[in-house]
Amino acid sequence: MSGFPILSLMLAVPTIAAIACLFAGDRTARFIALGATLATFVLGCILWANFDIGGAQWQFTERADLFGRFSWALGIDGMALMLIMLSVFLMPLCILASWDAIKERVGLYMAMFLVMETIMIGVFMAQDLLLFYIFFEAGLIPMYFIIGIWGGANRKYAAFKFFLYTLLGSVLMLIAMIAMIMEAGTTDIPTLLNYDFPPEMQTWLWLAFFASLAVKMPMWPVHTWLPDAHVQAPTAGSMILAGVLLKLGAYGFLRFMMPMFPDASAQLMWLVFGLSMVAVVYTSLVALVQSDMKKLIAYSSVAHMAIVTAGLFAFNQQGIEGALIIMLSHGVVSAALFFCVGVIYDRLHTREIDRYGGLAVNMPAYALFFMLFTMASIGLPGTSGFVGEFLSLLGIYEASSVVAFVCTTGIILGAAYMLYLYRRVVFGELTKDDVKAMPDLNPREWAVMAPLAAVALWMGVYPESFLAPMRGDVTTVVARLAPTKPAGDARLAIGKPAPAKAQGETAHGAGHAGGVQ
Amino acid sequence: MTADLALIWPELILTIGGLITLMLGTFLGDRQVGLYQLSALLTLAAAAAAVVALFGVEASVFSDTLAVDAFGGFAKLLIYAASVMCILIAPRFFGGTMRAEYPVLILFAALGMGVMASSRDLMTLYVGLELNSLAAYVLASFMRHDDRSSEAGLKYFVLGALASGMLLYGISLLYGFTGTTAFDGIAAAMGAELNIGLIFGIVFVLAGLGFKISAVPFHMWTPDVYEGAPIPVTTFFASAPKVAAMALMTRVVIDAMGPAVGAWQQIVIFLALASIIVGAVGAIGQKNIKRLLAYSSINNVGFMLIGLAAGTQAGVEAILTYLLVYVVTTIGAFLVVLRLRDAAGNQIESIPALAGLSQRRPGPAAAMAVFLFSLAGIPPLFGFWPKYLVFEAAVNANLVPLAVAGIVASVIGAFYYIAIIKTMYFDDKSETEIPATGGAIVEDAVITASALWLSVIGYLFIPVLAVVSANAAAVLF
Repeated sequence: MSGFPILSLMLAVPTIAAIACLFAGDRTARFIALGATLATFVLGCILWANFDIGGAQWQFTERADLFGRFSWALGIDGMALMLIMLSVFLMPLCILASWDAIKERVGLYMAMFLVMETIMIGVFMAQDLLLFYIFFEAGLIPMYFIIGIWGGANRKYAAFKFFLYTLLGSVLMLIAMIAMIMEAGTTDIPTLLNYDFPPEMQTWLWLAFFASLAVKMPMWPVHTWLPDAHVQAPTAGSMILAGVLLKLGAYGFLRFMMPMFPDASAQLMWLVFGLSMVAVVYTSLVALVQSDMKKLIAYSSVAHMAIVTAGLFAFNQQGIEGALIIMLSHGVVSAALFFCVGVIYDRLHTREIDRYGGLAVNMPAYALFFMLFTMASIGLPGTSGFVGEFLSLLGIYEASSVVAFVCTTGIILGAAYMLYLYRRVVFGELTKDDVKAMPDLNPREWAVMAPLAAVALWMGVYPESFLAPMRGDVTTVVARLAPTKPAGDARLAIGKPAPAKAQGETAHGAGHAGGVQ
Repeated sequence: MTADLALIWPELILTIGGLITLMLGTFLGDRQVGLYQLSALLTLAAAAAAVVALFGVEASVFSDTLAVDAFGGFAKLLIYAASVMCILIAPRFFGGTMRAEYPVLILFAALGMGVMASSRDLMTLYVGLELNSLAAYVLASFMRHDDRSSEAGLKYFVLGALASGMLLYGISLLYGFTGTTAFDGIAAAMGAELNIGLIFGIVFVLAGLGFKISAVPFHMWTPDVYEGAPIPVTTFFASAPKVAAMALMTRVVIDAMGPAVGAWQQIVIFLALASIIVGAVGAIGQKNIKRLLAYSSINNVGFMLIGLAAGTQAGVEAILTYLLVYVVTTIGAFLVVLRLRDAAGNQIESIPALAGLSQRRPGPAAAMAVFLFSLAGIPPLFGFWPKYLVFEAAVNANLVPLAVAGIVASVIGAFYYIAIIKTMYFDDKSETEIPATGGAIVEDAVITASALWLSVIGYLFIPVLAVVSANAAAVLF
């Protein structure tokens, strides 16, 4: 595969399809969009199959000095690969999810989603700081249209809030990027990753990046755009927003802030931990009292993302790997949960939890899927949520037991609000006539649910498939952070494993204790 | 002397061509509009060819009063191109009321602007400025039976005269305290010693020039004049004179006041931030698209001034790139406005009437969205690039607080741009019918081409632009 510009091709396919959709009729546009997203997914699978785990850090690199001051430089490492896979996996499902729900201006809608896909995978592929920024910011435009045109009743307000909030954060990052380019004299991300910025400069750069990425994450207290955007966006818009766009913030933390500004990251660790702890508890409690299903899931996203930030700033292998798995898991599970809401919203046109009840009776298949995703969101062992939460909490515990304690309450609260939601929607008496009339999943909905469920289980049962490509990159980041890493309060010491008495000679315990240090 | 004449071919061509067109108009009457248009376009094309032919020449002619250099050449080409557009779109707008004077006035204005962009002496500066201004006053009130147009002309004239007065006062102070009107001499005197008289001179000259680029707090005339003037004339005001005045201001600040950085830099920084903020805040709540674009031009001038405040070659390069992108965007946006007429054939200028435009006329709505996002500087549209260059220049000149303030204020600006997009895309269709009208091939072609260029395609031109603007900017340093 070497030499073939597969990354550019992956960007070109949805772009060309988007232009075609603009001029196509409604029905044709749907098929073009589905075809293009599936083709991109296939390309993504080829990418994954050809990715050399343990090989060079940056693979499939392309470079063309097209723009004078910066270049068309693409390349991926394991983290980027997994996030690209997440994006291309969710896209066809988003198109399917909006197959019947969107009836107006279908061509424009499909074009916006395809543009969104280009932009998202472009963000993960960019190896040039300015190219990254362009992709990062460009995502605002299609999302503004998706929320504003096809959203709910209060869509205009939500679209404005989303646009301006995220723009305000991003522009400060641009100034920081200019300062970095001026200091290091290059826009090349791999070079910048190993450039040592002066510590006092790092603090400012870190804060500017934080202003942008914390909004994208979103972290408490700048999360308020998210519930509005989610509630108003159409189902597929919420899926992509929760599934991929929220990961951009964490990706930025891991790609830029931590390896490029290690001193500042260590110095301002308390800020991230503090905000994460507040977010976990506060947004979980807020989620508990929501009467709107989408808002509840939106707040739960903020809580999950807070565990991600805490896990990342644990500065150790488990914490960061766990955070990455939560990102992937949350991408799949929250998209699935938003789709679950979308399914019943399409039938009853309300998101009020109280309007439902007893769906287990007339929609058994739906109830089963919803149950699976609820459990995955809570973090039941065997589902994707467990792996990520366990690993990241393990990492956090090593850094700070207090933070780990507070974050764990989030898991308990998470179980509370998700099960409470599930009970009110799916269990109980089937009394309402209009709810009784709701049919179970149709084949199209099955086609969306089944792959999501399969991946959620795969990630829970055999996470190594997803961890293996990322392990090397996490090790690199951890090594970069090692000199400045503060000592954790866990003071873990390698124990002296002794064979259990009963087992006598079969001593093989030495390998078990080396995991944490 | 004769040798000098060979170096000012663009100006000579414009003068002769303008006079010929004027004579034709006088003798043939207003019926032969096409002929005058053709003659004016040929004149501009010939002048542009002369500018291109003179590329690479660097000279100072007529006892150092006028420069022939790449900087002036860049500005002139941009000015001529904008003038061509404004002549091309006029007949369809004016219809039967088109008069021979229109292309003639544009030609003379272009001549004046060319002189502004190349002046190296306070006297040539003033002559060029007035030549442009007098033509512009008449153009603003070109629809003389229309109250708003007459009002615009009068307002422009009175305030313009006031600005000229301030400029002249500043010039007299500079002359009095340095003993010369040549930029070189003034720079030498400022480098030697900076006294209170010179500082007053700087303030007044910058105030006078601030009027011409409509920088806050000298911007009051802009919304009224933009609203009142006929659309082709507004298009003209928003494009070519901005280039000329900005080029002039850059030359005066860098060439003549260069050594007195401390004196002018704070003024320019103030003008920049005030323009960005007032331009952004003032636009919120505007109901007329022309007024809104006026505020947008004030806002954009503020960003250009950030490049000027940097006072470096990179800053000047950024200004030139910014001017090019800005002119393309503005002309495109005004052309879209020009193409929107209701069923009775009246121009639509009210923003609420644009509600739901994307469903009635998807093409113009999409183009307008591109122009507005580009003016807001949102990547991946090309309007992002000049803003990036400007901020980069500011950061490299250690003006980080200015860059931060400017970029944060740009978010306020984004608000009203996306508000119009909201009106066009999210709102329900308005009462006003906006039927598609054919036949305007030139307009549609220019709208399409500029929208495409401002979408991602423009980035491919960065290497060329960088070389051209670097050559032009290098002249001043």
